[in-house]
Amino acid sequence: MSTLHRVWVYGDNVNTDVIFPGKYTYTLTQPEQIKAHALEDLDPAFAAAAQPGDVIVAGVNWGCGSSREQAVTCLKWSGVGVIIAASFSGLYFRNCINQGIHPIVCAGLNTCLKTGDSLEIDPEARVIIAAGQTFPIPPLSPSVQAILDAGGLAPMLRQRFAEGQTNA
Amino acid sequence: MGYTFAEKALARAAGVAVARAGDVLDIQPDVIFSHDNSAAIRRIFEQIGAHAIRYPERVVITLDHAAPAPTTQHAQNHAEIRAWVAQQQIGHFFEIGRGICHQVISESALILPGETIFGADSHTTHFGWLGAFGMGVGRTELAALWATGELWLRVPEAIRITLTGSLPAGVTAKDIALSILARLTVTGAAYRSVEFGGDALGALPIDERPVIPNMMAEFGAMNAYFPPDQATFDYLSLRRANASPQRDYTPLYPDVDAVYAEHHGFDVSTLEPLVALPHQPDQGVPLREAIGQPIQQVFIGTCTGGRYSDLAAAAKVLKGRTVKVRTIVIPASREVLLQAAQTGVLADLVEAGAAISTPGCGPCMGNHMGIPAPNEATISTGSRNFRGRMGTPESSVYLANPYVAAAAALTGNIAHPEEFLA
Repeated sequence: MSTLHRVWVYGDNVNTDVIFPGKYTYTLTQPEQIKAHALEDLDPAFAAAAQPGDVIVAGVNWGCGSSREQAVTCLKWSGVGVIIAASFSGLYFRNCINQGIHPIVCAGLNTCLKTGDSLEIDPEARVIIAAGQTFPIPPLSPSVQAILDAGGLAPMLRQRFAEGQTNA
Repeated sequence: MGYTFAEKALARAAGVAVARAGDVLDIQPDVIFSHDNSAAIRRIFEQIGAHAIRYPERVVITLDHAAPAPTTQHAQNHAEIRAWVAQQQIGHFFEIGRGICHQVISESALILPGETIFGADSHTTHFGWLGAFGMGVGRTELAALWATGELWLRVPEAIRITLTGSLPAGVTAKDIALSILARLTVTGAAYRSVEFGGDALGALPIDERPVIPNMMAEFGAMNAYFPPDQATFDYLSLRRANASPQRDYTPLYPDVDAVYAEHHGFDVSTLEPLVALPHQPDQGVPLREAIGQPIQQVFIGTCTGGRYSDLAAAAKVLKGRTVKVRTIVIPASREVLLQAAQTGVLADLVEAGAAISTPGCGPCMGNHMGIPAPNEATISTGSRNFRGRMGTPESSVYLANPYVAAAAALTGNIAHPEEFLA
């Protein structure tokens, strides 16, 4: 079943220091606090206006810089479940998977949409429909897809620990 | 078809005979580390339902990113970490003041050539300087590593960078790193293994080598690699003398017929000092094009540029003179601080007017010990100058080698260190 999403569109090389500033990383612990600072040095309108189901659409190298996971969780707790970018920092991509956020590599989308537009995601056909065009959603390897399906690495491991499947 | 360093190191770490780029493996790293983020990682660990760290002897925790604690909340964070270290009998804990994770782990020879280290810090690529596979991970991944001792990854493709020639006077390994970024950009590595070779490597002073693998994080590398040589082995044997127990190690080298996705060559004889302009580490321009830029703060420090050779370079410029603008010097470790104290470098810096702080990350990521004001420009020996990096989005950060940073301290502008080094 297709879903419709409002988009927030950004450019290239958006680094983790503007997605979630370093000065908050050791003192803010609650989702409500963390999401309040999402993108504050890049787009001050985002934190207050983001809604569940919103999607980020960006250029190359989204999430470059620090490994801080809050650069993903601040968006997750703002309601974002999917981030589409021409390319991702490798570390950021992993943090998305591990937090149950779907990172979709798709070039060119950020040049044909603007913030406030909508796009459609069809999970069965594995496509994004936006600006009158269809874009494929690249497949993930089975083990990576399994983490995403479990809702992230922590939920997946919680399940394994609960079932006594580990040595710890 | 031969194997790259990444393929060999990850095969060993996964306990499989061979690995190829594209394989998804479960890796059991030799060392697992985190820092001030360890209390947050503990909360995730507990959410997972784990109780005991699987291999506490492989775990390292350092307090460095906000150390000594600048606020009550930071102090509470540290208190929780200390309690955790005791409760779990974590193998290696470095208290505030010992220094920055990458520096103290190197100095303590906790990671060895051919081994694999995962850390909750993006500059974990740093350990490539010892011929180890070092990769940064997120907090949830670190918690998974505590709980299970293993983590999945996809074996990366590799790119080869060959460094030839010899560095001219006044040009440092920092300038090599800035040159690589300037030519190939922050997206150049595309999460691959960046493996170095070439006759210029052996000539790099051992103290300067880490800056290049460290800055490969800004290149987007998954990991970086220098082939270990006798200088590397000598560095380690000195430091392992007191370590117990002593592990054997086997250095790993890429095969001559390893397949690389890209090859790049740099003749370091042709390099000049670069300054990376705001707000990206790949915005390097020749120093002569940045001359005259007013600077309000100089910062010499970080895992990238806070070693003894950085302090000594700055002291060479500053000795017998007085800084015109505030100059913050933060040694990367207690060992660096001690060496600077013993050789007179520390006195030269202090007499010139430098402000010295506790070994740690300092203002690099905007926590404390030298946050700039809006509209101020800082020149730094660190690795990152993204907007807002040092705590204030309205300030600017320039990246440079320690000679150039120190010259800016004397003039209040970006300037040539040559006039002070005659």
